[in-house]
Amino acid sequence: MSPTPRPSSPLSAANPPLFSLLSTDHRTIGRLYLGLALFAVTVGTLLSLVMRIHLLWPAWAFPLYGPILPEDYLALVTLHGTLMLFFVLTTAPQAGFGNLILPAQIGSRHMAFPRLNAASFWITALALLVLLASPFVPGGSAISGWTAYPPLSAVASAGPGQAMGMDLWLTSIAFFAVASTISSVNILVTIARMRCEGMTWNRLPLTVWAWFTAALLSIIAFSVLLAALLLLFCDRHSGTNFFLPAGDLVNGMLHQSGDGSPLLWLHLFWFFGHPEVYIAILPGMGLTSMVLANFSHRRVFGYRLMIGTTLLIGLLGIFLWGHHMFVAGLNPFASTAFSITTIAIALPASAKVLSWIATIWRARPQCTSAMLFSLGFVSLFITGGLTGPILAQPILDEYLHNTFFVVAHFHLIMAMAGVFGLFSATYYWFPLLSATARHRGCLLSERLGRWHFWLTLVGAYATFLPMHLTGLAGEPRHYAQLTGIPNAAGRMLASTLPLNLHITGSAILLACAQLLFLANLVLSLRRRTPAPSNPWHATTLEWHPALHPFASHDASERITVFRAPCDYRMSDSGETFFLTQWNYEATPDVKPE
Amino acid sequence: MLSAPSASVLLPLLPPDASAHGPALDHQLLLCLWIILALASLAHILIFLGLILRRSGSPRDPWAIEYLPLGALALLFTALAIHSEHLWADSRYTGASLEAMQIEVTGMQFAWYFRYPGLDATFGSTRPQLASAPEGNPIGIDPADPHSTDDFVTSELVLPAGHEIDLTLRAQDVIHGFSVPELRLKQNAIPGETIHIHFTATKPGTYAILCTQLCGMGHYRMNANLRVLPDDEFENWIEAKEKAAHR
Repeated sequence: MSPTPRPSSPLSAANPPLFSLLSTDHRTIGRLYLGLALFAVTVGTLLSLVMRIHLLWPAWAFPLYGPILPEDYLALVTLHGTLMLFFVLTTAPQAGFGNLILPAQIGSRHMAFPRLNAASFWITALALLVLLASPFVPGGSAISGWTAYPPLSAVASAGPGQAMGMDLWLTSIAFFAVASTISSVNILVTIARMRCEGMTWNRLPLTVWAWFTAALLSIIAFSVLLAALLLLFCDRHSGTNFFLPAGDLVNGMLHQSGDGSPLLWLHLFWFFGHPEVYIAILPGMGLTSMVLANFSHRRVFGYRLMIGTTLLIGLLGIFLWGHHMFVAGLNPFASTAFSITTIAIALPASAKVLSWIATIWRARPQCTSAMLFSLGFVSLFITGGLTGPILAQPILDEYLHNTFFVVAHFHLIMAMAGVFGLFSATYYWFPLLSATARHRGCLLSERLGRWHFWLTLVGAYATFLPMHLTGLAGEPRHYAQLTGIPNAAGRMLASTLPLNLHITGSAILLACAQLLFLANLVLSLRRRTPAPSNPWHATTLEWHPALHPFASHDASERITVFRAPCDYRMSDSGETFFLTQWNYEATPDVKPE
Repeated sequence: MLSAPSASVLLPLLPPDASAHGPALDHQLLLCLWIILALASLAHILIFLGLILRRSGSPRDPWAIEYLPLGALALLFTALAIHSEHLWADSRYTGASLEAMQIEVTGMQFAWYFRYPGLDATFGSTRPQLASAPEGNPIGIDPADPHSTDDFVTSELVLPAGHEIDLTLRAQDVIHGFSVPELRLKQNAIPGETIHIHFTATKPGTYAILCTQLCGMGHYRMNANLRVLPDDEFENWIEAKEKAAHR
C-alpha cells in the first residue's frame, strides 16, 4: 500500500521541544501522556500504601489528616482503581508509547490526525483533573469502587461521596471515554493509512499489531461505557429508571417508580470492563515479543501465529464479560457459556507463552534491563494468568469471587505484568523518549536498571502471591479493616492478619524500589550521555536514522521497508549480522560494549 | 487425575467445610491449584534453562513447540471444565426439592435479616414503606396479610444440620453479597429481584456470614452468625420462636 502524503501540520514544527503544551507533535503528546501516567501511578501507589497501612492499623491517625474512616478507605479504593486502570494502564501503553513510537514503527512521520491527538490528550488531562477534584467536594470522593455498581452509585443517599463525588467520577470517566475513543480512531487510521512503502500487514511489528487490536477493542468498549455512564447520569438526575427498581429503599429514601435492573449496569460495565484489561495488557505482550526477539537475536517464534493470537485474544475478549457475574444473579446456563469462552482464551494466551519460551530457548540473550523486564512480564503473565482458568469456573467462583484470590490474580496479570511492560518499554525506548531535535537522547543506567528489576520482581511476588492465600482463607475485598469485627466473621478475618502484615511490608518495599527508577530517570537525564543511534541492534523502523527525532531535518527522505522485522542471521563463517527493515544490506552484529 | 489424599495437602489453606456440596468443590479447587502450580513451575524451569544453556540455532518445529503442547493444554482444560460444569449444574441448574426448608434473607445497609415463614409455611407480603428497624420491622412485613402473622425475623441464621435449605435472597437498598465461606456459598442479593440458592449444611457449628459485594461505608462490618444445630436442638429452637411469634 502506498503512503498517504500529507503536509505536516503548521504546529508540529521542524524542531519540536521535549514538552510543549500546545504541540500537535505526536512525540510531545506521547511524552505528555507518559508524564500524566507517571503522576497518576505515583498518586495511585501512595493511596494503595495508605490502604495497606490502614487495613492493619485502622485506628492510626495519619499525619496532617487524622484517622482514616471506613468511607475514606472506600474512597481510596475507588481512586486507586480508577487512577490505575484508566489513567495509567490505559493511557501509558496505548496513548503514551503508541504516540511516541507507533508512527515511526510504520515508517510515518506523524499520526493521522495531529489536532485530534492533542485534543484527546487534553480531554484526558481534564478527566484526571475532575477526578482529583472529587476528594475536595462535600461528601468527598465516590466510594463505590471503579465498577460503580448501582443502586450504590445511582442514589445520592447511599453513602458519603455518592452525591457530588459520584457525579464528578461519572464526568471524569465520561471525558476519559471520549478521549480514548478519539485516540483509538487516530491509532487505527494511522496504522491503516500511513504505513510506508513496503510495510505490508505481515511485516508490521507485533507492537503495532497489539496497538491495532487494543484500539479496535477501545472503540467497542469505551463507546458502550460512555452510553452506560450517560444512562446512570440520567438515573441520578433525570428521573429515569434504567438501573433502579421501584421499591428500592436507600437510607430512608424510597424509590417510587420504574422497573430497571442493577444487572443491566453490570452487563454494560463489564462489556467494557473486560476488554479494558486486554487494552491494558496487549501492548505489553506485543512489546515483550519484540524485545525478547531483539535481545535473543532471533526471529519471534511463530510470527504469524503471534499476529493471529493477538487478534484472537481481542475477539474472544469481547465475549467473556459474564465471568464477572457468575454469582451476581446471572442465569446459571449463561454462566456456563461465559465460563467456556473464558477458559478458551487460555489457549491463545498459552500459545503466546510457548512462542516467547521458544524465542529465548538456548539463545543466550543479552540480559539488559529492557530484556529483564520483558522476561519479568512473561513470568508474571504466566503466574497471574494461570489462576484465570480457576476463576473462570463458576463453581469455584462461588467460593473465590470477591476474595483476595481475585485481587492477587488481576494485580499479577494486569497491574504487575502491565507495569513490567511499561518499564521494559521505558528502558528500551529511552533514547527515543529523551531525544530532541538538538539532542540524540540517552540511555538509562543499566546498573540501576538491574537493581530496579530484581527488587521490583521480588517485591511484586512477595506482595501479590500471599494474597492468593488470604483469599483462599476467605478474606473478602473492599473491607476497610480486619480487626474489631464482631461474630464468627471477626475470627475468620483476624486469622489472615499475619500474612497481611507481610503483604503490607512487601508493598512498601515494592513502592520504595520504584525510587531507584525515579533516580535513574533523573540521573540519566542530567548526565545526558548521548546514546548510539541504534543501541540495541534493533531491526524495526523507530531506530531508522531518518525517523529519529534528532534527525527531523531529514524529513524528505523516503522510507522503504524491505523485509519483516527481527531478521538476525549467521553467515557460514559463523559471523552474525542483522537486517534492519529499512536497509537492503546486512549490518554486522558486533556486541555493543 | 490426582487422587484425593495428595490434593488434600493444600486443604488447610481453606476454612473447614460444613456443607454437602463443599467437598467436591474443594477437591476441584485443590486439583486446579496443583495443576497450575505444576504448569507455572514447568514454564519457569523452561525459561531458566533456555536462558542458561549454550546458544544453539533457533527451534524450528512448530508441532513440537506449539501445537502439541497446545493440544495437551486444550485437553486438560476441557477435562477440568467438563467436571467443573457438572458440579455447577448440580448446584444451580435445578431448584431445591419440594421438602426443602424455606428461609428468606434480606440484605440492607449494613445488616442481614432472616425470615422464617412460621407454621403456615408461607411468607407474608412486604412493603418497603413499612420497613423500619427501630420499630422492629426492618424488612417491612405487612401486618394486614394473614400470612404475616406467624412470620418471624432473626438477625442470625439458624439451620438444622442435614436438611436441604431453600434460601430466597433479597436486597432492600443496594446490591449485597451473601457469602458463607464455610458452606462454600456465595450469591449476590439484588434490589428488585428474588434469587434462590439451595444447599445442605452438614456439620453443626457457628460460622460467618459475610457481605462480599461493596455496599457502602459499613460494608466491612456487615456480617451475621450462622448456627447449624443438630436436629433436636433445632426443633426446640424453632418451636420456641414459632410460639413467641404466634403470641
